[in-house]
Amino acid sequence: MAADVSIDQLADDMYEIVADSAGKKKLKAGDLTKAMTAKYGDAITRKDCKAAIKQLIDSGRCVYGYFGGSSIELPRTEGAANE
Amino acid sequence: MADDLKIPLLEELEKGPWPSFVSDIKSMADKSEVAADLLRQLEKSYEDKRGYWKHGGLVGVLGYGGGVIGRYSALPEEFPGVSHFHTVRVNQPSGWVYTSKALNEIMDIWDEHGSGLTNMHGSTGDMVLLGTNTDELEPTFQALTQKGWDLGGSGSDMRTPSCCIGPARCEWACYDTMDLCYNLTQEYQDELHRPMFNYKFKIKMSGCPNDCVASQARSDMAIIGIWKDEIQIDKDAYAAYMKDGFNIKDLVVDMCPTGCITADENDIEIDDSNCVKCMHCIARLPKALAPGKERGATISLGAKAPIVEGALIAQNIIPFMEMEKPYEELHDLIERIWEFWDDHGKARERIGEFIERVSLATFLENTGLDPLPQMVQEPRDNPYIFYEEYYAEEDEEAASDE
Repeated sequence: MAADVSIDQLADDMYEIVADSAGKKKLKAGDLTKAMTAKYGDAITRKDCKAAIKQLIDSGRCVYGYFGGSSIELPRTEGAANE
Repeated sequence: MADDLKIPLLEELEKGPWPSFVSDIKSMADKSEVAADLLRQLEKSYEDKRGYWKHGGLVGVLGYGGGVIGRYSALPEEFPGVSHFHTVRVNQPSGWVYTSKALNEIMDIWDEHGSGLTNMHGSTGDMVLLGTNTDELEPTFQALTQKGWDLGGSGSDMRTPSCCIGPARCEWACYDTMDLCYNLTQEYQDELHRPMFNYKFKIKMSGCPNDCVASQARSDMAIIGIWKDEIQIDKDAYAAYMKDGFNIKDLVVDMCPTGCITADENDIEIDDSNCVKCMHCIARLPKALAPGKERGATISLGAKAPIVEGALIAQNIIPFMEMEKPYEELHDLIERIWEFWDDHGKARERIGEFIERVSLATFLENTGLDPLPQMVQEPRDNPYIFYEEYYAEEDEEAASDE
């Protein structure tokens, strides 16, 4: 951890961005990292962002999706899924 | 075979001398409704001239963003056996060396949790387990990991690294491909399982320029064994070839792409300064010639198949790098490349396309690499690299002249 921004805080911030973008734009891991870097600057590192994404995924709050490229999304039942 | 399996169009693919996937799947159709419905749906696709698969973008196992490729049938009522037909990629061992016990383990797991159908191997190198439903993904993953297996890569991540069998069976290997493949797989577990890039990144390792894993054409980063010093010559073995009537002129001297070999029935000489390491002479005279002793690897970037943009062949970036444990120099290079590509690449832009877009000069400058003559892909194509400091030097010289 580079400074006073915790991994939990970063994960919460990222979750908020993913939730706001749901249904509008698919976000890559890099998009979330860039957003956090824009918000916190040198107070965080790429490693912190990786840890925050890991927490989001491992907790089940977010999932990875793949539609051409990989994205980070809210868990949901996709339209293509059969019963 | 299932009694009601009527697939006349597919059965056309069984005719001829080649092996047929139709025959293989048919052999399972009696005991597997998945296999039978797979054939039935494909037959319908052939009749209607359209596909009936739907892409499942969200299926996977907890924590991983790769390793599972989701597919659903668009006609689940008609073909319930393939209503879900997800593929699981399993990280293959380095060099694809298995024991029969290991293969039996995999097949027991797949018979229990999936269709029993496999593809050995996918183009990235993974074992490909074809066809299971969403509820079986986590149990399959658990069963695999309990036996020491792991999923491979898919999506915008580092794809499962693959390598030739290297020094395990080949005397031409200029570095330990299997060790490096294992090292990169372990070092970059996050990058393999948690997609974090703009698009896929494939690393393939060949032990010598014969490039048995076709890394130069099929990977974003090709690590190919090479030597710096002189080709080793065993004069006695050479004499034995000549005694057996080997046609050195037609088969070797005239085939050398740079004409750097002088040879007759008595002696052979190689001008190593003009050798381009094509391996032809070594392959023709394996007992008499061998790669040099100062061995390492050359690294090229940017090959890809024609998805999104056209196909690319890899471009040399590092003419020679020692390839010894703990591979810190290579790790450092890979991470610098990833960081610049990740920061400035577009979505679904492979590293080769990225370099073409930003220019080689910009790429080198931002990854801390010096321009070298070996990086020129084609004569008169990209021979000039300009750096800002060169202009600055010119400006300074002009100012001092004034």
